[in-house]
Amino acid sequence: MSIELRTVSKRFGEVVAVNNVSFTVQEGELLALLGPSGGGKTTVLRMIAGLELPTHGDIFVRGERVNDISVQKRNIGFVFQNYALFKNMNVFKNIAFGLKIKKWKKREIKSRVAELLELLGLEGLEKRFPHQLSGGQRQRVAIARALAPKPSVLLLDEPFGAVDAKIRQELREWLVRLHSDLNVTTLFVTHDQEEAMEVSNRIVIFSRGNLEQIGTPREVYEEPSNEFVARFIGVMNVLDVQVHKGVARVDELEFPVPDRPEGQQLRIGFRPFAVQVSPDPTQYRYPGIIRHTFFLGIMMRVEVELPSGLILRARMTKEEYVQLGLHEGQKVSILIRSYRILRGESEPLSPEIMAADKGPGAYGAGI
Amino acid sequence: MQTDTQIFRRARGPKSPRGTEESPFVKWILISVALAFVVLFLLLPLINVFWQAFDRGLKVYYESLADPDTLSAIKLTLLIAGITVPLNLVFGLAAAWAIAKFNFKGKPVLITLIDLPFAISPVVAGLMFVVLFGRQGFFGEWLDAREIRIIFAVPGMVLATVFITFPFVARELIPVMQATGTEQEQAALTLGAGGWQTFWYVTLPSVRWGLLYGVILCNARAMGEFGAVSVVSGHITGQTDTMPLRVEKLYQSASAASMTAAFSVASLLAFLALLTLIIKTFLEWRTQREYEAAQRAQPEPTLIAPSLQPTSHR
Amino acid sequence: MASRKFNTLPGFGLTMGFTLFYLSAIVLIPIGGLIVKVLGMSWSELWRLATTERAIAAYKLTFGASFLAALTNAVFGTILAWVLARYQFPGRRFFDALVDIPFALPTAVAGLTLANLFSQSGWVGQFLVPVGIKGAYSQLGVVIALIFVGLPFVVRTLQPVLESMEREVEEVAATLGAGRFRTFFTIIAPTLLPTIITGFALAFARAVGEYGSVIFISSNIPRQTEIAPLVIITLLEQYEYSAAMALALVLLVISFALLITINLLERWASRYQH
Repeated sequence: MSIELRTVSKRFGEVVAVNNVSFTVQEGELLALLGPSGGGKTTVLRMIAGLELPTHGDIFVRGERVNDISVQKRNIGFVFQNYALFKNMNVFKNIAFGLKIKKWKKREIKSRVAELLELLGLEGLEKRFPHQLSGGQRQRVAIARALAPKPSVLLLDEPFGAVDAKIRQELREWLVRLHSDLNVTTLFVTHDQEEAMEVSNRIVIFSRGNLEQIGTPREVYEEPSNEFVARFIGVMNVLDVQVHKGVARVDELEFPVPDRPEGQQLRIGFRPFAVQVSPDPTQYRYPGIIRHTFFLGIMMRVEVELPSGLILRARMTKEEYVQLGLHEGQKVSILIRSYRILRGESEPLSPEIMAADKGPGAYGAGI
Repeated sequence: MQTDTQIFRRARGPKSPRGTEESPFVKWILISVALAFVVLFLLLPLINVFWQAFDRGLKVYYESLADPDTLSAIKLTLLIAGITVPLNLVFGLAAAWAIAKFNFKGKPVLITLIDLPFAISPVVAGLMFVVLFGRQGFFGEWLDAREIRIIFAVPGMVLATVFITFPFVARELIPVMQATGTEQEQAALTLGAGGWQTFWYVTLPSVRWGLLYGVILCNARAMGEFGAVSVVSGHITGQTDTMPLRVEKLYQSASAASMTAAFSVASLLAFLALLTLIIKTFLEWRTQREYEAAQRAQPEPTLIAPSLQPTSHR
Repeated sequence: MASRKFNTLPGFGLTMGFTLFYLSAIVLIPIGGLIVKVLGMSWSELWRLATTERAIAAYKLTFGASFLAALTNAVFGTILAWVLARYQFPGRRFFDALVDIPFALPTAVAGLTLANLFSQSGWVGQFLVPVGIKGAYSQLGVVIALIFVGLPFVVRTLQPVLESMEREVEEVAATLGAGRFRTFFTIIAPTLLPTIITGFALAFARAVGEYGSVIFISSNIPRQTEIAPLVIITLLEQYEYSAAMALALVLLVISFALLITINLLERWASRYQH
C-alpha cells in the first residue's frame, strides 16, 4: 500500500478540522477526497504532504511512518489550488527548481525538464513567466514542477477549482489519462461530487472533519453509508412523515413502516430514480401533474405535483421520457419503488424498503 | 485590438465620465489653485536650492564643496548611512518574515511598536540616547571609566539615525510579503528546499522591488536626518558634522560666501532627494505595470489538453 | 505564540527573536530609559519644569503653528489630491511625483531654501515683505516650514481613497437629479471626511515634532518664535537635563496620544471600504 492514515486528528485551537480519520490508499490509485468546504479534506492532503502536522495519529507512506519527516524529505508532489508558481522564475526554472535543490546535474535537469514539457504539452513555453500563461497552462506547469523530482505520491488541491467550466471537462479527462500513463499514486481534493465520480477510482467522503465513507464511485452512490453521503452524492426526495397504525403518512403518501410506535415522527428518503412515472393517470396509486421538466444532458428531471401540493422529483433517461410521451402539464400517476427511513446525518442508513405494488419497468436500486 | 487598448487606457486614466463632471470653469480653477500651491511650496524651494548653489558659478560651487570640513561631513554622512541602512535592512527582512508569514497573538501591537519612531520628535529621540549614554545618563559613568564615547561621537549619531529610520524597510516589506502569501514558499518546501534556500530563491526575489523601495527611502532619511543627530553630535567641525549639520553651520556664519557654500552642500542633498524620487517613481511604475500585466494575463481560456505520448517517463 | 496555519515554514523563532531583540535595543529601551529618568523627578518638580513661561510660549507656537499648517494642508492638499486623482492635464505625473519632495528632501535643506525664498531678497519675499507679509524669521515662517513638511501626508492619504471611489455612486446621484455641488457635499464629502481628518492628524503629528526645517526659517527668539523641540536642545546645551526631559516627556506623551488617535481615525476612515 502507498499511503495509510491511522486515527489521524487535527485541531486548530478549538476547531477540530479532522477527527479520527483512518484509510489506506493503494499503490497507483487515483483517489478523490470529496466533501463540502470546511470538511477537512484539504487538511488531510496537507498532512500527508507534511505541510501540517497531525495532532493525533500516524501517517505512513510506503510503510514508513512519516510524522517526524519534514516536508522537504517526504518526496511528495503537491499541486496547490492556485498553483503557487514562482512568479520570478520562468517555466523552465519553475520545473527545474526541485531538481536544482536535489543537486541534479545541469544536463540531467535539462533533459528531465524537456521530457516533462513534452509530456504536458508545454513545449515552446519554457521562457515564459507565470503571468504570461493561461490558467490551464499554469496548472500544467504546476503539475510538471511537482512531477519533476519523481515523487512517490502526487497530491492536488482542488485541481479544477481555478479554471473555468469550459475547460474543466477537458482537464478531467486529461488528468485521468495522465494518471493511467504515469501510474503515480494520486490524491486530489474536490468539492464537486460529479468530478469525483468521473475522475477517481475511489472516493473518500468527508464532512465536518469526519470520514463518512470510502468506496468506489458506484459504491458510494448505490450504497451510501449514511444520509449525509446519500444527500451529498446526488439529489434525494426527503419527506417528514408521522406514523399512524404502522404506516408513515404525509399528505396522501403512505409508507408501510411495521414495528414503528404510533405517532413517531420520521423522515423518509428516496432517489428521483425510485419514482416511476406513468402517462396513465390511473396505473399507479398516486395521481399527479407534471409541473416542470429539466434537461440534464442525457437525463431528464421531472417535477410531479400531487393533488395535495406536494412536489416530488423523478429522474429518467431522455429515451424513456420520449417513449412514455410525457410533457409539462400532463396528468400522470406515480409509484415510489423503494425508500429508506432516515435516521440523522451521520447515522448508518437503514435498509431499503421495497414498495409492495411493484410497477412495471422497475429497475435498479432506489437509493 | 487597438480599441481594446484604448478602452483599457481610458478606464485607467483619471477621466471623468460625462454627467458627473465639474464644469470646465470649476475644473480649471481647482487645477490652478492646486498647481499654484505646489509651485509655491514645493517646486520653487527645490529650484531655489540649485539656483543659489550655482549662482556664483561652477568654480565657487566646486571650491565650497572641496573645503576639508565639508568633505569630512560628506564622508561621515556616507559612513552613517552605510552602517544604518544594512542594519535596518536585516531587521526589516526579519520583522517582515515573522509578521507576514506567521500568525501570532499581539501582531497589531508589534506593528504599532515598529512604527513608533515615526511618531516621536527627532529631538526627543536624540535626547533618549543622551539619557542612556550621556555623561549623566544610565551608562555614563561606566562608559566614562572605559573611555568609550557614544554621545558627541559617531556611535551616538549612528544610534540616533538607526532609531529615526528604524521602520522604513520593515514598513515597505510587510505588506509586500503579506500580499505574496505563503503558497510559493510552501511549494518550495514540498520540492525539498530548506528554509534558507526558500528565502533566497523564492521570497527574496519576489519582494526585491519592495525591498529596494524601502532601502532608498531609508537611505534618504539616514543621509538627511537633522534633529536627532544634532542632539547627539556635539557639532565638532571636521569630526561630528554630517552634511545637514554642515549646512546649518555654514548658514549660521551668515557671510555671503558661506551662504553659497551652505546651498552647495544642500544641493548635494537635494540631488540625492531627486534621485530617490526618480527611483521611487520608477519602482512604482514598474510594480503598476507588473500588476496590470498579471491582470491582463488572466482571461485567456484557451487550453487544448495535450495528448499524452506513450511515455518515456521513468 | 507560533502560527497555526503555516506551521511548516521555518524561521519564525529566529526572525521573531531578532525582531524583538532589535526593537528592544533600538526603540523600547531608549524610550523606557527616558520615562524612567523623568519619573525619578517629583511631580511638582516635573510640573514646574514643564510649565515655565518659556515652555508655555513654545507649546503655544508649536501647536498653534502645527494646527494652522495642518489645516492649510487639509484644504489645499484635498484640492491637490482631487485634481491629481480626477483630472487629466499636461504635467500631471510630474506634479504627482513632486508631492513626495518633502518626504525625500532633508529638512535642513527645506528650511534653508524656504528661509531664503521668503526673505526680503528672496524670489517670493521680495514681493511679500514690502506689503507687510514677513514669511521668514517670523511665526509665519514656522507655519510655512510646517506646511512644507506636512503636505504629502494629506495628499497621499487621500489619493488612493479618491482613486478607488466608485464613480457609479456619483452617476447614480446624477441620474437621480442631484447637481454636481449637491453630489459633492452630500455624497463625496461625507465619505472623504474621515480620510481628510486622518491626513490632517498625520500632518499635525509630523509638524509637532519637526525641528530641522523650522530652525532655519524662524528667528528662534525665546517666547516669540521658539518651538518646543528647540527649547529642549537649548536646555540640553545649558546642561539643564531635567528641564529638557520634562519638555521631552510632554512631547512624547502628545506623540503617543496622536499615534493612538491616528490609529482610531484610520479605523474610522476605513469603515466605508468594504
